[in-house]
Amino acid sequence: MKNRGKQLIWQNYQKDIADDHFFYVRSCIRQNFFPGAETTFLRILKDVLNKDVYDDPSHTTCTGIGYHTDIVPLETTMTVVARQFALMTEKGYKNFIPSCVTSFGLYLEILETWHNYPEVLEKTRSNLMLATGRSFVLPENIVHASDVIYKFRSEIAKKAKYRLVNIHTGKPLKVVEHIGCHYAKMFPDKSVGGAEFPRVLSGIIEEWGGEVIDYPERRHCCGFGFRQYFIKANRGYTFSSVKKKFDSMSPYEPDLIVTNCPGCNVFLDKGQYVISEQEGIVYSRDGYGIPVLTFEELTGVVLGFDPWDIGLQVHQVSVEPLLDKIGVKYDIQKKYTDKNNRLLGKPVKPTLLKTL
Amino acid sequence: MPNFGFSIHSPTHIDLDKNYRTIFNYVKVKEPSIQKCIFCGSCSATCTASNYSAMSLRKVNLLLHRGMVQEVRSLTEQCLLCGKCYLVCPRNVNTRRIILLIHEALKMPLS
Repeated sequence: MKNRGKQLIWQNYQKDIADDHFFYVRSCIRQNFFPGAETTFLRILKDVLNKDVYDDPSHTTCTGIGYHTDIVPLETTMTVVARQFALMTEKGYKNFIPSCVTSFGLYLEILETWHNYPEVLEKTRSNLMLATGRSFVLPENIVHASDVIYKFRSEIAKKAKYRLVNIHTGKPLKVVEHIGCHYAKMFPDKSVGGAEFPRVLSGIIEEWGGEVIDYPERRHCCGFGFRQYFIKANRGYTFSSVKKKFDSMSPYEPDLIVTNCPGCNVFLDKGQYVISEQEGIVYSRDGYGIPVLTFEELTGVVLGFDPWDIGLQVHQVSVEPLLDKIGVKYDIQKKYTDKNNRLLGKPVKPTLLKTL
Repeated sequence: MPNFGFSIHSPTHIDLDKNYRTIFNYVKVKEPSIQKCIFCGSCSATCTASNYSAMSLRKVNLLLHRGMVQEVRSLTEQCLLCGKCYLVCPRNVNTRRIILLIHEALKMPLS
């Protein structure tokens, strides 16, 4: 293919990302499993990039989990989503940024439905008015939170305290980027780079000095699949997918995995514990496994935030080997203490997977 | 080990770089016509044993390529060696000899 043709195709997979004034909606999974991530994102936007971002305490789940597990009917989901848009409208915002990739996909799916079936939009407006007395305007710009970090990656790089380089060898860290399926596989034109070549995380990693690993199962799902995980008997499917990915990436000896989806982060992180217990496999030479960070946590690390303030102590795979490679200073004594230096309790040690 | 209530399944994907090709290579050297097979299925359509079992020479050849030895063994045990598949093969693959060579290879220590 001629270069000009490639450029034209690539242009189809770019999107407008708003500059400022964001209405932020949180993720059910992220704030439970990685509670420091969203706070870190808001801190980056407000304190580092000096952006206006509103975190509304009145917003609820998008119902994505219930929707994808056939518990919540679509009509209800649409009304709940309409309520989120109503909150945004009431606060005077037009740029909507969800933290969760599942939510992002669901918002896009509903907006697409309303675009193609205006009568469904009218019915939803009527449902929302009857239920809550609210009305709403559709968002002008809807992007995932990782898109915002991607947009400001150069600005963050200039303010960064650390780079994704191994200080002992001087070589770039080998990073696996994992992008949630609902980010680009549902609506490729609403992502940066499309479904096959999503650029949102690889662009960030390369800008900050890391090297992205291209391994065979790079675009394989993490295995969450909602009904695969939420039905206990089906969980084998989830962890078979996790194992497939790790079997594929481990020969490249990655230093780090970065995800933009809350669910993927859970399964790639906690999944290493399950595989070590069930299969007796640990995917790193030192026996600690491969650290898995969310994009917010990684941004916080390179900006020099205290690792325990951004919640890295709640990860299953110990992050200290990674922090040592980057050269991050941390106080190991404060890993499991609160702000008043009271011990929060320590997790139980796994059988095989080493932890610090 | 904690009781998770589920287990991890082995992958069923076929890795063409890693699968077990010893039997296929053994047969190929002795009976090169196996490489002419176009997987049309004429052999399977005419197979006497297929009326009473899962035997299908087309499937045997596919499994040989994939290195799935146990499945090849159980299928070839059903063959009656009547040779009808040899008569109908549009590529003149010596199917009967292939079955005999597979039997031979399966008795070897590597299998």
